[in-house]
Amino acid sequence: MSDAVSQGVKRQQRQVEWVGLYAASVAVALVASALLIQTTGGSSLAVFDALIEGSLTGTGRWGLTLGAAAPMLLVALGTIISARAGLVNIGQEGQLAIGAAFAVYISFRIDGPGPFNLVVLMVFGAIGGALWAGAAGALRFWRGVPEVLSTLLLVTVATQLTAYALGREWLLLAPDSVGARNNVSEQLAEDNRLPNLSVLGNQIPFAAFLAVVLALGLAFALARTTWGFRLRMLGKSPKAAQRAGISQTRFGMRAMLLSGAFAGLAGAVMFAGGGFQFSNFKFVPGFSGNIGWTGLLVALVAREKAIPAILVAFVFASLRTGSSFVGSTGVEARVTDVVEGLLVLALLIPPAVMFLRDRRRARLATTERT
Amino acid sequence: MDLVSGLFEAITASSTYVNAALFAGLLIFAASGEWIAERSGTINISVEAMLLAGAFTSAAGYTATDSFPVGIICGVLGGMVVAGVQAEMSHRLTADQFVVGLTLNILILGLAGFLARVVDLTTKTAPRWTIPGLSRIPLFGDALFGHPWPFFLLFLVVPLAWWLVFRTRWGLEVRASGEDPQAGDVSGIDVNKRRRQAIYFAGFTAGLGGAFLIFVQVGRFDEGVVSGRGFIAIAAVIFGGWTLRGTIAGCFVFALALALRLQLPNYYEGVPTELLQAFPFLVTIFGMALFAHRVRAPAALARPFVRGLK
Repeated sequence: MSDAVSQGVKRQQRQVEWVGLYAASVAVALVASALLIQTTGGSSLAVFDALIEGSLTGTGRWGLTLGAAAPMLLVALGTIISARAGLVNIGQEGQLAIGAAFAVYISFRIDGPGPFNLVVLMVFGAIGGALWAGAAGALRFWRGVPEVLSTLLLVTVATQLTAYALGREWLLLAPDSVGARNNVSEQLAEDNRLPNLSVLGNQIPFAAFLAVVLALGLAFALARTTWGFRLRMLGKSPKAAQRAGISQTRFGMRAMLLSGAFAGLAGAVMFAGGGFQFSNFKFVPGFSGNIGWTGLLVALVAREKAIPAILVAFVFASLRTGSSFVGSTGVEARVTDVVEGLLVLALLIPPAVMFLRDRRRARLATTERT
Repeated sequence: MDLVSGLFEAITASSTYVNAALFAGLLIFAASGEWIAERSGTINISVEAMLLAGAFTSAAGYTATDSFPVGIICGVLGGMVVAGVQAEMSHRLTADQFVVGLTLNILILGLAGFLARVVDLTTKTAPRWTIPGLSRIPLFGDALFGHPWPFFLLFLVVPLAWWLVFRTRWGLEVRASGEDPQAGDVSGIDVNKRRRQAIYFAGFTAGLGGAFLIFVQVGRFDEGVVSGRGFIAIAAVIFGGWTLRGTIAGCFVFALALALRLQLPNYYEGVPTELLQAFPFLVTIFGMALFAHRVRAPAALARPFVRGLK
């Protein structure tokens, strides 16, 4: 057998292994979820039916799923940027909340034409998120605090900060909600909302297009520009990057800011885009609704690649939109969180197994040669 | 009453110290295992999940048997199951340790939240022990020597952690794995095995911490029972410069912040509740900002070890 042919066979064998491993892992996660539902007295088939109906086949549901996927994808894109630079930013939930709060604050204080207002609002959202991530970046690069921890701790601070702002009329609170049981902001004026596109009875939010375009743009920038190359070099080998004249502080800080900006933009889009269960164009307590955490998981499952993240975001958004139909089967809707967690854990296994297997093969090949 | 005298009243109240001791107990249980895991080279962010799993399983164990020791053992098992996933996935399969930890945090939060609605848990705090004489010391006596009895396990766990790390061959190998895994590997240490074992120990102490939450501090399970204290325990290890002494000092500082948050409103009401809620986390961040760059981390901290790859 010639070398080229045997390599072709090997590649094919590898592809089969990849697909097999992924299929097996997902199957295990789903079976484990089903067992959990069955042992707690529910019907797993009914739950999975409800998930499918709630996310895809129900009237107008896949449009909603796209609406939920858009901010998740935006968060994931930010995560990809910081991860490529070798930074572990895992505080997107807080950055998203701060970004949303910034967008809300500015949206009731500007009075231009609709599109202009929208742009200002989204820019402010991005600035808010960038500031919050930038705080963690500054702590990392000037005070030596690991960003893993500071970003996490800042999530709690962000939650409290937005709750504080929501309780103050001079910040976010709507005047007619003073003294009400729940603090909410005013509702965003209709002219300032992100438009939807109607297709086959589904409302496809503009945010979904924006997120996909940004994903494609980011994939290109990472693969084909000097900026992307430098970012990857910084992440893969800080030493080599330093020798090549790439300042870790400057480049890392920029990556951190940009990563936070994406999370903040996601917050702004959730506010201005309405979409799925995002509180009807108002800022409410607990506004971020775990979209930041889920977006982070999307990036991790997509193995920090922008284009696969589009698909993964859609899958995770389906779990989110599907969960609102799960309640009707008599099973706690929280079960979707468990399914999500198990899926993510399962999806971490195939790359790790393949990595070990490749190394073992490489080692065997070298011992055969000697 | 103004803020300064309110603060003064809160700081001189012995109930503040009782609360601080409870928070410190939780943090020390979590941090002493976390400290060993970090000395072996893992930043184990799933400590949050370990605490929550331990709290849930200990509550479940007590509900089933009405026995505190069984509850505590169940808590330890719960913590170690999470540790098992973290250890095997990050140091056998070489998945990224932060990714695994984060996923576990989210998974366990969902799982505990789901199960707590399905199962009815009835728990209470364990009987209180007071050490005669010592517990009458003013200000600190009650805080250190008068608590439900699982509190006193603390006085066993901390020396155990110290002894394991500094007085056994195993501890030496753990430290070598965290400082220079390549050198450790060529001298015959199974680096990833030591790291896995260190994580199992973290699961053991965090499981105890979870049981502590149920049987000493809170008395009943709730999915928000941990709410970020695991992360504060990690911060305490960093704050303490990866020494056991410093880690425990960090636990006390952050625990005092947590206790002040509860006590201050009794004396002074002018501080917004949101600021109070965020206060311990702000103290933690500032504490790290002041001290993190002065200390030296284990050289291979958070770097996976694969033979032949540097």
